[in-house]
Amino acid sequence: MRRLTSVPCLLALAALALLGGCGEPQFSDAEKKAIASLALNTLPSLKPDTTNQYADAPAAAALGSTLFFDVGMSRDGTVSCSTCHKIDRQFQDDLPQAVGVGHTNRRTMPLAGVARNPWFFWDGRRDSLWAQALTPLENPLEQAGNRAAFAHYIKKRFGERYERIFGSLPDLSTVPANASPLGTDAEKTAWSAMPAAQQDDVNRVYANIGKAIAAFERSIDLQQTRFDRFAIDLGTGAKPEGDAAFSPEEILGLKLFIGKANCVTCHNGPRFTDNGFHNTGVPPVEGLPPDRGRVDAVAQVDADPFNCLGKFRDGDESACRELRFMVKDGPQIMRAYKTPSLRGAATRPPYMHAGQFATLEEVVAHYSKAPPSVEGVSEVHPLDLSERERAALVAFLKTLSD
Amino acid sequence: MASIWRYILAGLGLAALLVGIMAAVYLTLPHSASGPDLSRSKKTANGLFVASFEPERGVVRQGELQSWMLTLKTAAGAPVEGAAITVSGGMPQHDHGLPTSPQATDYLGDGRYRIDGIKFTMSGWWQLHFGISAAAGSDSVVFNVVL
Ligand SMILES: [Cu+2]
Repeated sequence: MRRLTSVPCLLALAALALLGGCGEPQFSDAEKKAIASLALNTLPSLKPDTTNQYADAPAAAALGSTLFFDVGMSRDGTVSCSTCHKIDRQFQDDLPQAVGVGHTNRRTMPLAGVARNPWFFWDGRRDSLWAQALTPLENPLEQAGNRAAFAHYIKKRFGERYERIFGSLPDLSTVPANASPLGTDAEKTAWSAMPAAQQDDVNRVYANIGKAIAAFERSIDLQQTRFDRFAIDLGTGAKPEGDAAFSPEEILGLKLFIGKANCVTCHNGPRFTDNGFHNTGVPPVEGLPPDRGRVDAVAQVDADPFNCLGKFRDGDESACRELRFMVKDGPQIMRAYKTPSLRGAATRPPYMHAGQFATLEEVVAHYSKAPPSVEGVSEVHPLDLSERERAALVAFLKTLSD
Repeated sequence: MASIWRYILAGLGLAALLVGIMAAVYLTLPHSASGPDLSRSKKTANGLFVASFEPERGVVRQGELQSWMLTLKTAAGAPVEGAAITVSGGMPQHDHGLPTSPQATDYLGDGRYRIDGIKFTMSGWWQLHFGISAAAGSDSVVFNVVL
Protein backbone atom coordinates (compact mmCIF):
# COMPACT_ATOMS: atom_id res chain seq x y z
CA MET A 1 0.00 0.00 0.00
CA ARG A 2 2.72 2.42 0.98
CA ARG A 3 4.37 1.90 -2.43
CA LEU A 4 1.18 2.74 -4.25
CA THR A 5 0.16 5.76 -2.24
CA SER A 6 3.64 7.17 -2.59
CA VAL A 7 3.44 7.30 -6.38
CA PRO A 8 1.07 10.31 -6.58
CA CYS A 9 3.15 11.98 -3.90
CA LEU A 10 6.31 11.48 -5.96
CA LEU A 11 4.58 12.81 -9.06
CA ALA A 12 3.45 15.87 -7.16
CA LEU A 13 6.95 16.39 -5.82
CA ALA A 14 8.45 16.01 -9.28
CA ALA A 15 5.98 18.56 -10.67
CA LEU A 16 6.81 20.95 -7.87
CA ALA A 17 10.51 20.46 -8.42
CA LEU A 18 10.11 21.18 -12.14
CA LEU A 19 8.04 24.28 -11.48
CA GLY A 20 10.09 25.61 -8.61
CA GLY A 21 13.55 24.57 -9.79
CA CYS A 22 13.70 27.02 -12.70
CA GLY A 23 16.02 24.82 -14.78
CA GLU A 24 18.23 23.75 -11.89
CA PRO A 25 19.96 20.45 -12.64
CA GLN A 26 17.87 17.45 -11.76
CA PHE A 27 19.83 14.24 -11.76
CA SER A 28 18.88 10.81 -10.55
CA ASP A 29 21.18 9.03 -8.11
CA ALA A 30 22.38 6.79 -10.95
CA GLU A 31 23.16 9.86 -13.06
CA LYS A 32 24.99 11.50 -10.19
CA LYS A 33 27.08 8.38 -9.74
CA ALA A 34 27.91 8.30 -13.46
CA ILE A 35 28.86 11.99 -13.45
CA ALA A 36 31.07 11.57 -10.37
CA SER A 37 32.90 8.67 -12.04
CA LEU A 38 33.95 10.98 -14.90
CA ALA A 39 35.35 13.79 -12.77
CA LEU A 40 39.09 14.37 -12.74
CA ASN A 41 39.26 14.16 -8.93
CA THR A 42 38.61 10.40 -9.20
CA LEU A 43 41.78 9.93 -11.26
CA PRO A 44 44.18 7.77 -9.23
CA SER A 45 47.78 8.88 -8.89
CA LEU A 46 50.06 7.81 -11.72
CA LYS A 47 51.44 4.31 -11.13
CA PRO A 48 55.20 3.77 -11.39
CA ASP A 49 56.35 2.24 -14.67
CA THR A 50 58.52 -0.65 -13.54
CA THR A 51 59.50 -1.41 -17.15
CA ASN A 52 61.36 1.92 -17.22
CA GLN A 53 63.58 2.35 -14.15
CA TYR A 54 64.27 5.95 -15.22
CA ALA A 55 60.57 6.86 -15.57
CA ASP A 56 60.57 9.12 -12.53
CA ALA A 57 64.21 10.21 -12.61
CA PRO A 58 64.31 14.01 -13.06
CA ALA A 59 67.59 13.91 -15.00
CA ALA A 60 66.08 11.40 -17.45
CA ALA A 61 62.98 13.58 -17.87
CA ALA A 62 65.19 16.61 -18.49
CA LEU A 63 67.20 14.80 -21.16
CA GLY A 64 63.94 13.43 -22.58
CA SER A 65 62.55 16.93 -22.84
CA THR A 66 65.67 18.08 -24.70
CA LEU A 67 65.36 15.17 -27.13
CA PHE A 68 61.60 15.74 -27.55
CA PHE A 69 62.19 19.24 -28.92
CA ASP A 70 65.45 18.51 -30.78
CA VAL A 71 65.14 18.45 -34.58
CA GLY A 72 68.56 16.81 -34.61
CA MET A 73 66.65 13.64 -33.72
CA SER A 74 65.69 13.07 -37.36
CA ARG A 75 67.28 12.07 -40.64
CA ASP A 76 67.51 15.52 -42.17
CA GLY A 77 67.52 17.62 -39.01
CA THR A 78 64.06 19.11 -39.55
CA VAL A 79 61.67 16.98 -37.46
CA SER A 80 61.36 16.40 -33.72
CA CYS A 81 58.64 14.81 -31.60
CA SER A 82 57.37 18.36 -31.06
CA THR A 83 56.90 18.92 -34.80
CA CYS A 84 53.63 16.99 -34.51
CA HIS A 85 53.19 17.06 -30.72
CA LYS A 86 53.07 20.86 -30.45
CA ILE A 87 53.45 22.09 -26.88
CA ASP A 88 51.01 25.01 -27.33
CA ARG A 89 48.42 22.83 -29.11
CA GLN A 90 47.79 20.09 -26.53
CA PHE A 91 50.80 18.28 -28.04
CA GLN A 92 49.01 17.64 -31.33
CA ASP A 93 49.13 19.38 -34.72
CA ASP A 94 45.56 20.18 -35.86
CA LEU A 95 46.13 18.20 -39.07
CA PRO A 96 43.97 15.32 -40.35
CA GLN A 97 47.14 13.23 -40.72
CA ALA A 98 50.54 13.96 -39.20
CA VAL A 99 53.29 15.31 -41.44
CA GLY A 100 56.89 14.59 -40.54
CA VAL A 101 59.55 13.89 -43.15
CA GLY A 102 56.61 12.52 -45.17
CA HIS A 103 52.82 12.43 -44.95
CA THR A 104 51.56 9.75 -42.53
CA ASN A 105 48.19 8.03 -42.50
CA ARG A 106 47.16 8.81 -38.91
CA ARG A 107 46.01 11.74 -36.81
CA THR A 108 48.54 12.93 -34.17
CA MET A 109 47.30 12.08 -30.68
CA PRO A 110 47.46 14.65 -27.84
CA LEU A 111 49.71 13.74 -24.90
CA ALA A 112 47.94 14.85 -21.69
CA GLY A 113 47.73 11.82 -19.43
CA VAL A 114 49.49 9.65 -22.02
CA ALA A 115 51.49 7.76 -19.37
CA ARG A 116 48.25 6.16 -18.19
CA ASN A 117 47.65 4.33 -21.46
CA PRO A 118 48.09 0.56 -21.58
CA TRP A 119 48.46 0.78 -25.38
CA PHE A 120 49.95 3.41 -27.69
CA PHE A 121 49.06 4.73 -31.14
CA TRP A 122 45.51 4.54 -32.47
CA ASP A 123 45.88 0.80 -33.00
CA GLY A 124 47.93 -0.04 -29.89
CA ARG A 125 50.95 -1.30 -31.82
CA ARG A 126 53.22 -0.47 -28.89
CA ASP A 127 52.75 -1.43 -25.25
CA SER A 128 54.80 1.15 -23.34
CA LEU A 129 55.43 4.86 -23.56
CA TRP A 130 59.16 4.29 -24.09
CA ALA A 131 58.63 1.72 -26.84
CA GLN A 132 56.17 4.14 -28.45
CA ALA A 133 58.68 6.98 -28.45
CA LEU A 134 61.14 4.88 -30.48
CA THR A 135 58.74 4.18 -33.31
CA PRO A 136 58.44 7.62 -34.99
CA LEU A 137 62.23 8.02 -34.71
CA GLU A 138 62.72 5.31 -37.34
CA ASN A 139 59.48 5.68 -39.29
CA PRO A 140 60.51 6.96 -42.77
CA LEU A 141 57.44 9.25 -42.79
CA GLU A 142 58.12 10.73 -39.36
CA GLN A 143 61.65 11.33 -38.06
CA ALA A 144 63.12 8.89 -40.57
CA GLY A 145 66.31 8.23 -38.62
CA ASN A 146 68.07 4.97 -37.79
CA ARG A 147 69.20 3.67 -34.43
CA ALA A 148 72.93 3.56 -35.21
CA ALA A 149 72.83 7.21 -36.25
CA PHE A 150 70.87 8.09 -33.10
CA ALA A 151 73.44 6.31 -30.91
CA HIS A 152 76.27 8.29 -32.54
CA TYR A 153 74.29 11.52 -32.22
CA ILE A 154 73.60 10.96 -28.51
CA LYS A 155 77.27 10.26 -27.86
CA LYS A 156 78.34 13.38 -29.72
CA ARG A 157 75.73 15.83 -28.41
CA PHE A 158 74.59 14.47 -25.04
CA GLY A 159 77.24 11.90 -24.07
CA GLU A 160 77.90 13.29 -20.63
CA ARG A 161 74.24 13.76 -19.72
CA TYR A 162 73.45 10.30 -21.03
CA GLU A 163 76.20 8.63 -19.00
CA ARG A 164 75.19 10.39 -15.78
CA ILE A 165 71.76 8.76 -16.08
CA PHE A 166 72.30 5.46 -17.86
CA GLY A 167 75.98 4.67 -17.19
CA SER A 168 78.77 4.30 -19.73
CA LEU A 169 78.01 4.47 -23.41
CA PRO A 170 79.24 1.43 -25.34
CA ASP A 171 82.18 1.64 -27.74
CA LEU A 172 80.58 2.89 -30.95
CA SER A 173 83.82 3.30 -32.92
CA THR A 174 83.09 0.35 -35.22
CA VAL A 175 79.32 0.91 -35.42
CA PRO A 176 78.29 2.02 -38.94
CA ALA A 177 77.08 5.62 -39.26
CA ASN A 178 73.70 4.38 -40.44
CA ALA A 179 72.25 0.98 -39.56
CA SER A 180 68.90 -0.40 -38.46
CA PRO A 181 66.89 -3.59 -38.90
CA LEU A 182 64.00 -1.40 -40.13
CA GLY A 183 65.68 1.17 -42.34
CA THR A 184 66.62 1.39 -46.01
CA ASP A 185 68.17 -1.62 -47.74
CA ALA A 186 71.64 -0.21 -47.10
CA GLU A 187 70.84 0.33 -43.41
CA LYS A 188 69.46 -3.19 -43.09
CA THR A 189 72.55 -4.65 -44.72
CA ALA A 190 74.81 -2.64 -42.41
CA TRP A 191 72.76 -3.78 -39.42
CA SER A 192 72.90 -7.47 -40.27
CA ALA A 193 76.69 -7.21 -40.70
CA MET A 194 77.07 -6.03 -37.10
CA PRO A 195 77.94 -8.64 -34.44
CA ALA A 196 75.01 -9.50 -32.17
CA ALA A 197 76.70 -7.93 -29.14
CA GLN A 198 77.12 -4.66 -31.03
CA GLN A 199 73.48 -4.72 -32.15
CA ASP A 200 72.58 -5.17 -28.48
CA ASP A 201 74.72 -2.21 -27.50
CA VAL A 202 73.02 0.05 -30.02
CA ASN A 203 69.57 -1.27 -29.10
CA ARG A 204 70.33 -0.52 -25.45
CA VAL A 205 71.22 3.11 -26.22
CA TYR A 206 68.15 3.34 -28.43
CA ALA A 207 65.87 1.93 -25.70
CA ASN A 208 67.32 4.46 -23.23
CA ILE A 209 66.45 7.31 -25.63
CA GLY A 210 62.85 6.09 -25.46
CA LYS A 211 63.00 5.80 -21.68
CA ALA A 212 64.22 9.39 -21.35
CA ILE A 213 61.52 10.75 -23.66
CA ALA A 214 58.91 8.71 -21.76
CA ALA A 215 60.16 10.15 -18.45
CA PHE A 216 59.51 13.63 -19.86
CA GLU A 217 56.09 12.72 -21.27
CA ARG A 218 54.95 11.34 -17.91
CA SER A 219 54.83 14.92 -16.65
CA ILE A 220 52.21 15.98 -19.22
CA ASP A 221 49.05 15.87 -17.16
CA LEU A 222 45.33 16.38 -17.60
CA GLN A 223 43.86 19.74 -16.59
CA GLN A 224 40.71 20.45 -14.63
CA THR A 225 37.84 21.70 -16.78
CA ARG A 226 34.44 23.33 -16.33
CA PHE A 227 32.90 19.86 -16.30
CA ASP A 228 35.08 18.83 -13.34
CA ARG A 229 34.10 21.91 -11.35
CA PHE A 230 30.43 21.21 -12.12
CA ALA A 231 30.80 17.53 -11.15
CA ILE A 232 32.54 18.33 -7.87
CA ASP A 233 29.79 20.80 -6.91
CA LEU A 234 27.11 18.30 -7.89
CA GLY A 235 28.81 15.64 -5.77
CA THR A 236 29.08 17.83 -2.69
CA GLY A 237 25.58 19.24 -3.10
CA ALA A 238 26.90 22.77 -3.58
CA LYS A 239 25.17 24.93 -6.17
CA PRO A 240 27.55 25.26 -9.12
CA GLU A 241 28.48 28.94 -9.38
CA GLY A 242 30.11 31.02 -12.07
CA ASP A 243 31.55 28.98 -14.93
CA ALA A 244 30.87 25.74 -13.03
CA ALA A 245 27.14 26.31 -13.64
CA PHE A 246 25.88 24.45 -16.71
CA SER A 247 23.38 25.85 -19.18
CA PRO A 248 20.18 23.82 -19.77
CA GLU A 249 21.67 22.74 -23.11
CA GLU A 250 24.88 21.50 -21.46
CA ILE A 251 22.85 19.63 -18.86
CA LEU A 252 20.80 17.98 -21.60
CA GLY A 253 24.03 17.05 -23.38
CA LEU A 254 25.50 15.56 -20.22
CA LYS A 255 22.33 13.56 -19.60
CA LEU A 256 22.44 12.23 -23.16
CA PHE A 257 26.16 11.46 -22.85
CA ILE A 258 25.63 9.26 -19.80
CA GLY A 259 22.19 8.07 -20.92
CA LYS A 260 20.40 7.57 -24.21
CA ALA A 261 23.38 8.34 -26.45
CA ASN A 262 25.52 5.64 -24.73
CA CYS A 263 28.73 7.66 -25.15
CA VAL A 264 29.83 6.78 -21.62
CA THR A 265 29.86 3.08 -22.50
CA CYS A 266 33.31 3.51 -24.03
CA HIS A 267 34.21 7.07 -22.98
CA ASN A 268 34.20 6.17 -19.30
CA GLY A 269 36.25 7.05 -16.23
CA PRO A 270 37.98 10.37 -15.53
CA ARG A 271 39.95 10.12 -18.80
CA PHE A 272 36.80 9.44 -20.82
CA THR A 273 38.25 6.27 -22.30
CA ASP A 274 37.99 2.55 -21.64
CA ASN A 275 41.49 2.15 -23.14
CA GLY A 276 39.95 -0.38 -25.51
CA PHE A 277 39.69 -0.79 -29.27
CA HIS A 278 36.40 -0.55 -31.10
CA ASN A 279 35.09 -0.61 -34.63
CA THR A 280 32.66 2.30 -34.77
CA GLY A 281 32.21 2.34 -38.53
CA VAL A 282 34.50 5.32 -39.15
CA PRO A 283 35.08 5.36 -42.92
CA PRO A 284 38.54 5.00 -44.49
CA VAL A 285 40.14 8.04 -46.16
CA GLU A 286 40.49 7.87 -49.91
CA GLY A 287 44.08 7.92 -51.09
CA LEU A 288 45.59 6.58 -47.86
CA PRO A 289 47.07 3.07 -47.69
CA PRO A 290 44.76 0.28 -46.43
CA ASP A 291 44.26 0.56 -42.67
CA ARG A 292 42.67 -2.23 -40.64
CA GLY A 293 43.51 -0.87 -37.19
CA ARG A 294 43.97 -3.19 -34.24
CA VAL A 295 43.85 -6.44 -36.21
CA ASP A 296 47.22 -5.66 -37.83
CA ALA A 297 48.73 -4.06 -34.73
CA VAL A 298 48.69 -7.17 -32.53
CA ALA A 299 51.37 -8.89 -34.65
CA GLN A 300 53.44 -5.69 -34.64
CA VAL A 301 53.45 -5.29 -30.87
CA ASP A 302 54.13 -9.01 -30.48
CA ALA A 303 57.16 -8.75 -32.76
CA ASP A 304 58.52 -5.51 -31.29
CA PRO A 305 61.90 -6.25 -29.65
CA PHE A 306 61.23 -3.33 -27.29
CA ASN A 307 57.92 -4.74 -26.02
CA CYS A 308 57.36 -5.59 -22.39
CA LEU A 309 58.46 -9.20 -22.81
CA GLY A 310 61.68 -8.20 -24.59
CA LYS A 311 65.10 -7.89 -22.98
CA PHE A 312 65.14 -4.09 -22.76
CA ARG A 313 62.40 -4.01 -20.15
CA ASP A 314 63.47 -3.15 -16.60
CA GLY A 315 61.80 -4.86 -13.64
CA ASP A 316 60.07 -8.19 -13.86
CA GLU A 317 57.59 -9.75 -16.25
CA SER A 318 54.63 -9.16 -13.95
CA ALA A 319 54.33 -5.73 -15.61
CA CYS A 320 53.51 -7.38 -18.94
CA ARG A 321 49.99 -8.65 -18.31
CA GLU A 322 48.36 -6.36 -20.90
CA LEU A 323 50.59 -7.87 -23.59
CA ARG A 324 50.30 -11.38 -22.20
CA PHE A 325 46.50 -11.31 -22.14
CA MET A 326 45.94 -9.28 -25.29
CA VAL A 327 43.22 -10.33 -27.73
CA LYS A 328 45.08 -11.51 -30.83
CA ASP A 329 42.31 -12.42 -33.22
CA GLY A 330 38.57 -12.51 -33.71
CA PRO A 331 36.20 -10.29 -35.68
CA GLN A 332 35.99 -7.56 -33.03
CA ILE A 333 39.50 -6.21 -33.70
CA MET A 334 38.96 -5.64 -37.42
CA ARG A 335 39.12 -1.88 -38.06
CA ALA A 336 39.07 -1.36 -34.30
CA TYR A 337 40.77 1.80 -33.04
CA LYS A 338 41.50 3.09 -29.56
CA THR A 339 38.84 5.04 -27.71
CA PRO A 340 40.38 8.53 -27.47
CA SER A 341 39.98 10.68 -24.41
CA LEU A 342 37.45 13.47 -24.90
CA ARG A 343 39.20 15.89 -22.57
CA GLY A 344 40.24 18.89 -24.61
CA ALA A 345 38.76 17.36 -27.77
CA ALA A 346 36.50 20.31 -28.60
CA THR A 347 39.48 22.57 -29.25
CA ARG A 348 41.47 20.15 -31.37
CA PRO A 349 39.65 19.20 -34.58
CA PRO A 350 39.76 17.26 -36.83
CA TYR A 351 38.64 13.95 -35.35
CA MET A 352 39.13 10.19 -35.64
CA HIS A 353 42.20 8.13 -36.47
CA ALA A 354 42.79 9.79 -39.83
CA GLY A 355 41.05 13.12 -39.21
CA GLN A 356 37.92 11.96 -41.01
CA PHE A 357 35.58 14.48 -39.37
CA ALA A 358 36.22 18.21 -39.36
CA THR A 359 33.89 19.13 -36.49
CA LEU A 360 32.33 17.68 -33.35
CA GLU A 361 28.95 18.10 -35.06
CA GLU A 362 30.13 15.65 -37.73
CA VAL A 363 31.37 13.23 -35.07
CA VAL A 364 28.06 13.27 -33.20
CA ALA A 365 26.12 12.94 -36.47
CA HIS A 366 28.23 9.88 -37.32
CA TYR A 367 27.41 8.17 -34.02
CA SER A 368 23.75 9.12 -34.31
CA LYS A 369 23.52 7.62 -37.78
CA ALA A 370 25.91 4.69 -37.10
CA PRO A 371 26.68 3.61 -40.66
CA PRO A 372 27.99 0.05 -41.14
CA SER A 373 31.75 -0.49 -41.27
CA VAL A 374 33.46 -1.06 -44.61
CA GLU A 375 35.15 -4.09 -43.04
CA GLY A 376 34.34 -5.88 -39.81
CA VAL A 377 31.26 -4.96 -37.78
CA SER A 378 30.57 -1.60 -36.19
CA GLU A 379 29.71 -1.82 -32.49
CA VAL A 380 27.50 1.28 -32.55
CA HIS A 381 23.81 1.31 -33.32
CA PRO A 382 21.74 4.18 -34.72
CA LEU A 383 20.55 6.65 -32.10
CA ASP A 384 18.47 8.93 -34.32
CA LEU A 385 19.20 11.94 -32.16
CA SER A 386 17.30 15.12 -32.93
CA GLU A 387 19.13 18.23 -34.06
CA ARG A 388 18.61 19.71 -30.59
CA GLU A 389 20.05 16.60 -28.93
CA ARG A 390 23.10 16.54 -31.20
CA ALA A 391 23.76 20.21 -30.48
CA ALA A 392 23.39 19.53 -26.74
CA LEU A 393 26.00 16.77 -26.88
CA VAL A 394 28.41 19.11 -28.63
CA ALA A 395 27.70 21.79 -26.00
CA PHE A 396 28.51 19.30 -23.26
CA LEU A 397 31.74 18.16 -24.96
CA LYS A 398 32.89 21.77 -25.01
CA THR A 399 32.74 21.83 -21.20
CA LEU A 400 35.64 19.34 -21.29
CA SER A 401 37.84 21.96 -22.91
CA ASP A 402 37.07 25.15 -20.99
CA MET B 1 -27.94 -5.67 13.45
CA ALA B 2 -28.19 -5.02 9.73
CA SER B 3 -25.79 -2.13 9.99
CA ILE B 4 -23.18 -4.34 11.67
CA TRP B 5 -23.37 -6.83 8.80
CA ARG B 6 -22.99 -3.94 6.40
CA TYR B 7 -19.78 -2.93 8.21
CA ILE B 8 -18.49 -6.50 8.16
CA LEU B 9 -19.24 -6.81 4.42
CA ALA B 10 -17.55 -3.50 3.72
CA GLY B 11 -14.58 -4.64 5.80
CA LEU B 12 -14.38 -7.89 3.86
CA GLY B 13 -14.60 -5.97 0.59
CA LEU B 14 -11.78 -3.68 1.64
CA ALA B 15 -9.69 -6.64 2.75
CA ALA B 16 -10.25 -8.33 -0.61
CA LEU B 17 -9.22 -5.15 -2.41
CA LEU B 18 -6.11 -4.95 -0.24
CA VAL B 19 -5.20 -8.57 -1.00
CA GLY B 20 -5.75 -7.90 -4.70
CA ILE B 21 -3.46 -4.86 -4.65
CA MET B 22 -0.81 -6.70 -2.64
CA ALA B 23 -0.99 -9.56 -5.15
CA ALA B 24 -0.56 -7.14 -8.04
CA VAL B 25 2.45 -5.53 -6.36
CA TYR B 26 3.90 -8.95 -5.57
CA LEU B 27 3.43 -10.14 -9.17
CA THR B 28 5.06 -7.06 -10.65
CA LEU B 29 8.02 -7.13 -8.25
CA PRO B 30 9.96 -10.01 -9.87
CA HIS B 31 10.04 -7.99 -13.11
CA SER B 32 12.00 -5.15 -11.60
CA ALA B 33 14.30 -7.61 -9.83
CA SER B 34 14.89 -9.83 -12.89
CA GLY B 35 18.23 -9.96 -14.72
CA PRO B 36 21.07 -12.40 -15.14
CA ASP B 37 21.78 -14.95 -12.44
CA LEU B 38 24.56 -13.37 -10.39
CA SER B 39 25.40 -16.33 -8.18
CA ARG B 40 29.13 -16.85 -7.72
CA SER B 41 28.79 -20.58 -7.14
CA LYS B 42 26.82 -23.05 -9.24
CA LYS B 43 26.64 -26.49 -10.80
CA THR B 44 28.22 -26.78 -14.25
CA ALA B 45 25.85 -27.27 -17.21
CA ASN B 46 25.80 -31.09 -17.04
CA GLY B 47 26.18 -31.26 -13.29
CA LEU B 48 29.69 -32.75 -13.37
CA PHE B 49 31.24 -30.07 -11.15
CA VAL B 50 30.38 -27.31 -8.74
CA ALA B 51 32.18 -24.13 -9.80
CA SER B 52 32.77 -20.97 -7.76
CA PHE B 53 34.07 -17.76 -9.26
CA GLU B 54 35.33 -14.89 -7.12
CA PRO B 55 37.65 -11.91 -7.68
CA GLU B 56 40.97 -12.83 -6.06
CA ARG B 57 41.17 -9.54 -4.17
CA GLY B 58 37.50 -9.45 -3.28
CA VAL B 59 36.49 -6.36 -5.26
CA VAL B 60 35.68 -5.90 -8.93
CA ARG B 61 37.25 -2.77 -10.39
CA GLN B 62 36.23 -1.49 -13.78
CA GLY B 63 39.10 -0.97 -16.22
CA GLU B 64 41.75 -2.88 -14.25
CA LEU B 65 43.39 -6.15 -15.18
CA GLN B 66 42.38 -8.48 -12.41
CA SER B 67 42.78 -12.09 -11.45
CA TRP B 68 39.82 -14.17 -10.32
CA MET B 69 39.67 -17.56 -8.65
CA LEU B 70 37.74 -20.43 -10.21
CA THR B 71 37.25 -23.18 -7.67
CA LEU B 72 36.15 -26.57 -8.96
CA LYS B 73 34.70 -29.37 -6.85
CA THR B 74 33.05 -32.60 -7.86
CA ALA B 75 29.36 -33.04 -7.06
CA ALA B 76 30.56 -35.02 -4.01
CA GLY B 77 32.66 -32.04 -2.87
CA ALA B 78 36.16 -33.31 -3.74
CA PRO B 79 38.58 -30.76 -5.29
CA VAL B 80 39.04 -31.15 -9.06
CA GLU B 81 42.73 -31.44 -9.89
CA GLY B 82 44.51 -31.07 -13.22
CA ALA B 83 41.60 -29.45 -15.07
CA ALA B 84 42.15 -27.89 -18.51
CA ILE B 85 40.21 -24.62 -18.57
CA THR B 86 39.26 -22.40 -21.50
CA VAL B 87 37.86 -18.91 -20.98
CA SER B 88 35.69 -16.84 -23.31
CA GLY B 89 32.89 -14.35 -22.91
CA GLY B 90 31.69 -10.86 -23.65
CA MET B 91 28.76 -8.51 -23.22
CA PRO B 92 25.56 -10.12 -24.52
CA GLN B 93 23.73 -6.79 -24.80
CA HIS B 94 26.59 -5.11 -26.68
CA ASP B 95 27.43 -7.96 -29.07
CA HIS B 96 31.12 -7.86 -28.29
CA GLY B 97 33.59 -10.25 -26.72
CA LEU B 98 36.07 -9.75 -23.92
CA PRO B 99 38.64 -6.93 -24.28
CA THR B 100 41.36 -9.31 -23.06
CA SER B 101 42.11 -13.03 -23.37
CA PRO B 102 42.00 -14.33 -19.80
CA GLN B 103 43.76 -17.61 -19.05
CA ALA B 104 43.99 -20.12 -16.26
CA THR B 105 47.55 -19.32 -15.18
CA ASP B 106 48.10 -21.20 -11.90
CA TYR B 107 46.77 -24.11 -9.91
CA LEU B 108 46.76 -23.18 -6.23
CA GLY B 109 45.62 -26.52 -4.85
CA ASP B 110 42.29 -27.52 -3.32
CA GLY B 111 40.52 -27.19 -6.69
CA ARG B 112 41.45 -23.50 -7.01
CA TYR B 113 42.56 -22.13 -10.39
CA ARG B 114 43.76 -18.57 -10.92
CA ILE B 115 42.08 -16.97 -13.95
CA ASP B 116 44.26 -13.98 -14.79
CA GLY B 117 43.88 -11.19 -17.34
CA ILE B 118 40.22 -10.36 -16.73
CA LYS B 119 39.30 -6.76 -17.49
CA PHE B 120 35.82 -5.27 -17.49
CA THR B 121 36.18 -2.09 -19.47
CA MET B 122 32.61 -0.81 -19.27
CA SER B 123 29.61 -1.03 -17.01
CA GLY B 124 26.81 -3.44 -17.83
CA TRP B 125 26.26 -7.18 -18.08
CA TRP B 126 29.32 -9.34 -18.71
CA GLN B 127 29.41 -13.11 -19.21
CA LEU B 128 32.32 -15.47 -18.69
CA HIS B 129 32.14 -18.94 -20.19
CA PHE B 130 34.42 -21.66 -18.86
CA GLY B 131 35.11 -24.91 -20.64
CA ILE B 132 36.37 -27.44 -18.09
CA SER B 133 38.02 -30.77 -18.87
CA ALA B 134 39.13 -33.03 -16.04
CA ALA B 135 39.31 -36.73 -15.18
CA ALA B 136 35.57 -36.80 -14.51
CA GLY B 137 34.82 -35.47 -18.02
CA SER B 138 34.15 -32.19 -19.78
CA ASP B 139 31.58 -29.63 -18.80
CA SER B 140 30.97 -25.90 -19.00
CA VAL B 141 29.67 -23.11 -16.85
CA VAL B 142 28.69 -19.48 -17.38
CA PHE B 143 29.06 -16.75 -14.77
CA ASN B 144 27.41 -13.35 -15.04
CA VAL B 145 29.01 -10.20 -13.69
CA VAL B 146 27.11 -6.91 -13.68
CA LEU B 147 29.03 -3.69 -13.18
CU1 LIG C 1 30.14 -3.40 -23.94
